[in-house]
Amino acid sequence: MADEVCFRTRHLPEPWSLKTYESVGGYKIWRKILQENIKPEDIIDELKLSALRGRGGAGFPTGLKWSFMPRNAPGQKYLLCNSDEGEPGTFKDREILLVNPHQLVEGMAIAGYVTGATVGYNYVRGEFIEPFERIEQALEEARHLNLIGKNILGSGIDFELHNVIGAGAYICGEETALMDSLEGKKGLPRFKPPFPANYGLYGCPTNINNTETLASVPVILEKGGKWFLDLGKPNNGGTKIFCVSGHVNKPGNYEVPLGIPFSELLTLAGGMRNSRRLKAVIPGGSSAPVLPSNIILDLTMDYDAIAKAGSMLGSGGVIVVDETTCMVKLLARIAHFYFEESCGQCTPCREGTGWMSRIIHRIESGEGTFKDLEVLEEVAKGIMGRTICALGDAAALPVTSFLQHFRDEFVYHVTHKHCMV
Amino acid sequence: MTVVLSLKSKKAIDQWLKKFPTDQKQSGVLFALRTVQAENGGWLSEVLMDAVAAYLGMPNIAVYEVATFYSMFDLKPVGKHKICVCTNIACLLRGSDEILNQIKTELGIEVGETTRDGRFTLKAVECLAACGGAPMMQIGGKVYENLTPEKINPILAELE
Repeated sequence: MADEVCFRTRHLPEPWSLKTYESVGGYKIWRKILQENIKPEDIIDELKLSALRGRGGAGFPTGLKWSFMPRNAPGQKYLLCNSDEGEPGTFKDREILLVNPHQLVEGMAIAGYVTGATVGYNYVRGEFIEPFERIEQALEEARHLNLIGKNILGSGIDFELHNVIGAGAYICGEETALMDSLEGKKGLPRFKPPFPANYGLYGCPTNINNTETLASVPVILEKGGKWFLDLGKPNNGGTKIFCVSGHVNKPGNYEVPLGIPFSELLTLAGGMRNSRRLKAVIPGGSSAPVLPSNIILDLTMDYDAIAKAGSMLGSGGVIVVDETTCMVKLLARIAHFYFEESCGQCTPCREGTGWMSRIIHRIESGEGTFKDLEVLEEVAKGIMGRTICALGDAAALPVTSFLQHFRDEFVYHVTHKHCMV
Repeated sequence: MTVVLSLKSKKAIDQWLKKFPTDQKQSGVLFALRTVQAENGGWLSEVLMDAVAAYLGMPNIAVYEVATFYSMFDLKPVGKHKICVCTNIACLLRGSDEILNQIKTELGIEVGETTRDGRFTLKAVECLAACGGAPMMQIGGKVYENLTPEKINPILAELE
């Protein structure tokens, strides 16, 4: 049950090519939808049945999101794909663009059809030079076959699709910041409401999904929502790509059923490097609260189980940390990242990320005080829930969770002026 | 001093603008800046940003805002090759410190500096979404994965 959805071409020669994609059934479902005039509502029902949840990090049910679009309202509507992958520890969308770009094109075409969008943009991260070339080539091939464009295959349906490229900014992965970036501005997250389904790109109704989400759609519709649901577990349908990095023997992307025990995923990734002991895991990209080994080893990898344990499945970036790691140093690096990437719009985040980063660096370099630990927690709490977008919480959650589970290491740094590991 | 964009840049930008509604030329600004930066040896001068603003019908300040917000734009002269070493957590856990140090030693520069011969600028960057091959770096469009300190010098030697 591995590599069946987004990676279904990965094991084949030239996995990115149109020929390979068609050999696994690519574009069949799109042709069928057009030929049989399958109702958009039926497609949404199938997605709801599949329990596909947004793979970008928020885990919002995709079928429900699509149903928010006023598809029959007059005026231009847009479909966006968020390929601005930047959550530290996450590297799945880049590989989808590299090995199975046609499936993303097909998924976007279907999404456009269902949501009433006749124009789509795939916003690719600025640094993704080779992935951009791959998806551009796939798009050209699809356009050449009239699988996208005007009056697709004589159906009367139009869907024009464009790839665009960013220029380096983590915050543009936030959906409304991405829209501002597409409009040629700084990527600043917008207040919600209004939500994108009412007021999105250029002020028009807009649906936006992550790359992995959209690339999952063709297979779900081809094999059925029930099939997908049964791959995973209730409310956590399907497979998910877990990006395993850090201290394992075989880091990489593993597309496996949601609900897989963490210990099995670790085994798939070759186990711990140098046979060291597992210390902690950040289970969903660097924004997700850290979990110590005794908790994560008993968990299954799905949205609900990880949430219940106090963390998030997030983007599926599973960062594995062994016993030789200084947790203070690790948190210092994470805090620096959010300080660098805060857009500066909201005061608690703009100032707070800087304070947290400086305090943690101070502790790490042996100049911290016990007062610093208190202030650190206060600042983190002061940010949470007080910013326009989720970056504030994303910066604060690592801090509070590291202090919760590894407080002794911070205390040791303050007391002894150096690290305990 | 007024600078106008090269014919080549204009052609590329015009082609790109076809992706957007005709009244949304500003949507092309990231691409336009990328294009003129590449043609200008990897950095943007103020006059070039002004030329982009004029071409897209934007206020100059709106272009400066964009150019200073996104990390891939450089507003000072840079080396021919920008070495972007990921130093975020997945790479950190697998030895990016050693990679960065090796490059610093080899080139005799710190992060943010350019070698005297103008060949290299060294940058420490955030996660580039290639953690499966950590530690990694990107130079131009090319991604170098599973780095070790020993692999650095041969890679740099190959870059003219």
